[in-house]
Amino acid sequence: MKFTRTGRHLNLNEGLIFERSSPGRTGYDLPRLDVPAVDLGAALGADNLREPIPGFPEVSEVDVVRHFTRLASWNYSIDAGMYPLGSCTMKYNPRLNERVAGMKGLAESHPLSPESLVQGSLEVLRLLADCLAEISGMDAVSLQPPAGASGELTGILMIRACLSSRGNPRRIVLIPDSAHGTNPASAVIAGYEVQSLKSDSRGCIDLNGLERAMNDEVAALMLTNPNTLGIFEQDIVSIARIVHDRGGLVYMDGANLNALMGITRPGSFGVDVLHINLHKTFSTPHGGGGPGAGPVAVKQVLEPFLPVPTVERREDRSYFLNWDRPDSIGKVKAFYGNFLTLVRALAYILANGAEGLREASQVAILNANYIKHHLRDVYDLPYDEPILHEVVFSSRRQTRNNLTVMDLAKRLMDYGFHPPTVAFPLIVQGALMIEPSETESRQELDQFIHAMRCIAEEADTDPDLLKQAPHSTRVSRLDEVQAARRPVLRWKPDEADEQDS
Amino acid sequence: MRYLSTSAEQQALMLKALGLHSLEDLLTSIPEAIRLRSPLDLPPALSEPELLARFGELEAGNAPRILSFLGAGVNQHFIPLVIDSLCSRGEFLTSYTPYQAEISQGTLQAVFEFQTFICQLTGMEISNASMYDGSSALAEAVLMARRISRRGRVLMARTVHPEYRSVVETVTQHQDLTIQTVDHGDDGRLDPAELEARLGEDVGALVVQSPNFLGNLESLDILADLCRQKGVLLVVNIAELLSLGIVRSPGSVGADIVCGEAQSMGISPGYGGPHLGFLATREKFVRNLPGRLVGQTVDRHGQRGYVLTLATREQHIRREKATSNICTNQNLTALMVTLFCSLLGRKGLRELAIQNVAKVQYGLAALRKLPVDVLFEGPRFNEFVLQLNRPYREVEEKFHSAGVVPGLPLARFDPRLENALLVSITETKSRAEIDRLVELVEAAA
Amino acid sequence: MKLPEDCRYSKQHEWIRVEGDGGTVGITDHAQKELGDVVFVELPEIGHVFAADEVLANVESVKAVSEVYAPVAGEVVAVNSNLGSSPELVNEDPYGEAWFVRIRLVDSSDLDNLLTADQYRKYVEEEESTG
Repeated sequence: MKFTRTGRHLNLNEGLIFERSSPGRTGYDLPRLDVPAVDLGAALGADNLREPIPGFPEVSEVDVVRHFTRLASWNYSIDAGMYPLGSCTMKYNPRLNERVAGMKGLAESHPLSPESLVQGSLEVLRLLADCLAEISGMDAVSLQPPAGASGELTGILMIRACLSSRGNPRRIVLIPDSAHGTNPASAVIAGYEVQSLKSDSRGCIDLNGLERAMNDEVAALMLTNPNTLGIFEQDIVSIARIVHDRGGLVYMDGANLNALMGITRPGSFGVDVLHINLHKTFSTPHGGGGPGAGPVAVKQVLEPFLPVPTVERREDRSYFLNWDRPDSIGKVKAFYGNFLTLVRALAYILANGAEGLREASQVAILNANYIKHHLRDVYDLPYDEPILHEVVFSSRRQTRNNLTVMDLAKRLMDYGFHPPTVAFPLIVQGALMIEPSETESRQELDQFIHAMRCIAEEADTDPDLLKQAPHSTRVSRLDEVQAARRPVLRWKPDEADEQDS
Repeated sequence: MRYLSTSAEQQALMLKALGLHSLEDLLTSIPEAIRLRSPLDLPPALSEPELLARFGELEAGNAPRILSFLGAGVNQHFIPLVIDSLCSRGEFLTSYTPYQAEISQGTLQAVFEFQTFICQLTGMEISNASMYDGSSALAEAVLMARRISRRGRVLMARTVHPEYRSVVETVTQHQDLTIQTVDHGDDGRLDPAELEARLGEDVGALVVQSPNFLGNLESLDILADLCRQKGVLLVVNIAELLSLGIVRSPGSVGADIVCGEAQSMGISPGYGGPHLGFLATREKFVRNLPGRLVGQTVDRHGQRGYVLTLATREQHIRREKATSNICTNQNLTALMVTLFCSLLGRKGLRELAIQNVAKVQYGLAALRKLPVDVLFEGPRFNEFVLQLNRPYREVEEKFHSAGVVPGLPLARFDPRLENALLVSITETKSRAEIDRLVELVEAAA
Repeated sequence: MKLPEDCRYSKQHEWIRVEGDGGTVGITDHAQKELGDVVFVELPEIGHVFAADEVLANVESVKAVSEVYAPVAGEVVAVNSNLGSSPELVNEDPYGEAWFVRIRLVDSSDLDNLLTADQYRKYVEEEESTG
């Protein structure tokens, strides 16, 4: 082994787990078999057997702990600092959530257990569904979708089922040009054509444009409110009326629900169905990219179409799974959702209570406005409207020296921050979409503002510094072109190793 | 509130900087008419000790210390402690999707290792970074087969997990696909002769599960030959990934797409989730593979590193033309599986799989001596169908009062199996516990 | 901007070089520059018949996918399989080694709708100044 670099990470020279392997070791000892050994050929059929898997590692428990602890040290995380990621709502993930999700009685309960033996799990589901219905102002909730995109698909399938039951599923789903990319993808899987709606000069839905687009072929409008610019759609009541008047339904992407808790409710402004990202608003951890959870909340009109089963309560107060729902769209995930993620979200809601949730939203809004106020003289603000929980700047002024918005983003890493969402929404050139969330302190916000101002200056004085950034990370910018042209998607034992085995 | 970091005083100062007086002043863009006038009707806020007590109550609602022989795609196996210890690290638990590769190398490298493990287990050339669960992985596999084959008919074995089949049906219902169910033969497995007749020119894919929902291994080599002759893609669903520690990989017999559920390897049952779907295939189908992919590359200084790659298949770029609407993997549970594979390793995984076979054979031998039937005799990994002499519901209470759940009643899934239970015996069951099951079955029979 | 005189050009930035009743099609130097590093080219199957302006191929860079349209109607008689293993050719030699397909023309009068090198140059310059 060659020691090439030292630095702030624990160890920069850690290879793949497969490369640590040496024969004869294991990281887990099994209990001695307490039943007679079997003839595998007789039990499974000789043709069905395999040899030990070539290349599968042989490492000790110590090796595993070292390897993954070193890998961990190469990650940024919310525990380490702020993630100003617009629309992603990276807030603190309470450890209490983890503790309750790890409770044996919940973690080990089996989804196919007789209902009488899992009343606790069923109560968790019912309680959370009720809380989410109250927070969103909707009538019923399904916790089944395992992520936001799955919630979108579930919602649109329900709209389709509802319209079909009225005689015509219709053909088109309207989606504003500022929407998340999953919206159109989900609509297409539900069998719809997507028609894009151009935003108006305020970055909002253009009422006249909507009037023109809305006809008998339009099944639904899919909107995000507050939208991806952080702007509340002030005409939302009129928007919903236009859609409803022509027999369509309103779908809301709940990605930005963190701005609204206890302040206003989608159920009060004309939304028929929304999905809620528990990993955003309700603090469940992202885990480096999932698992999340994407429950859907609906108005009465869509209630018959919810996925099966629903969790209900009998007169004797016991909970049960109701499979007898003839109009249901069916199942969107095996069993009842990402249960342990749901447990975490419930813990967050119960820890906060009504006042806590409202304060969370208000402080999230305050923090975003604070950043907007302190950066607006430096960064271009293409839509200068009142914002709620996030602000979108354009990097136009900073990218004159042949720089891209990505160069700015990468430089932020050197200042100890995760970059904001960049290049989205698509309607803003060189977008920097910043959402601090309510859990950041003023000191952290001030440091972020300082970093952003320094970078703006460096863009003028030392553009090369940005072009080459980041300078302080374990690896520098990676060659994405090579990765895509000649994909290497797995490790393979080299020839010599293979002969060994 | 303990999760907020600004005091009222600081909030006041921040508001002052904005030229505002109260937090309410920030809400002027929300029309008065739709503002909430009263507080949300939620239970009162709980401190940490109160909340722990509340969840203690909820937990107590689940019957404790039940001896359960439930499996059916949610399998009970040992989970090494190191998994929880490492997955609880904030750097894994609280990090975001690794779009910014330079500060996400830990996650990216772990996913690259995960992809490798899935390829090794399934015998396939490439694997994605994971899907929501087995059911969604199967739905995506079916859509993928549709794109590759450009044929609209899919034959699906009835012995594919019923929950998965219903998810596939929901997700693909508007995709110009006809899914037809193929029943099993008397031995609880697909009948190649019957299949041959049904594999026409318009069939894009045959979907099977092995071990199947009744616990039997399908003859994948025969099915693969049939599919090859007819130009049909063979999609193999694996709901018990641990079986591949001893059972020949689907890739080695010619499967085109292998998908399934990896919960067996280090993930707790968790009342149904989060679990972990996987999806693996041949290299030539990479552009049709949905979901995230991590690839190896180099940085500016030539150091090895990892990035998300081939993103052009995904929804944030293709929008309505994407291969799937899914934009996440299940990273943390994928890490659990990666840790499980690393810990067990080449020898341990095999031994663990062999223990499952041994325990099931021990249980079967004892049960065969009783006046009950074991249905569908065939090669099995850790599950089998037990036929009682009367409907299970008539004796259910006897088992429950003894603290035992003997298996999954199959009547709900197939009326022909009114008296039958799907029984799972894994390495977690001691000899004494298996004996206990046998005793109770004898008493009930 | 490289623009061979022996090609005709479409406003969607494809070129065609006609030889007899057939033609070779690719994308222009301007198009490859706009795309950046090409990482993948998806080509049609031999025998496929296209109408003019129908999607003929897809070109991917790291973060974008672009459609390539048939400049004229025709049947695909050959595809450049080298692009599969070496997509970088599109950046390196767009009018030579990085040809996409050879087609048999259906109607040679389609060519009248295409631009000459001079016309295309002017078109691109105008597009850039307004864009």
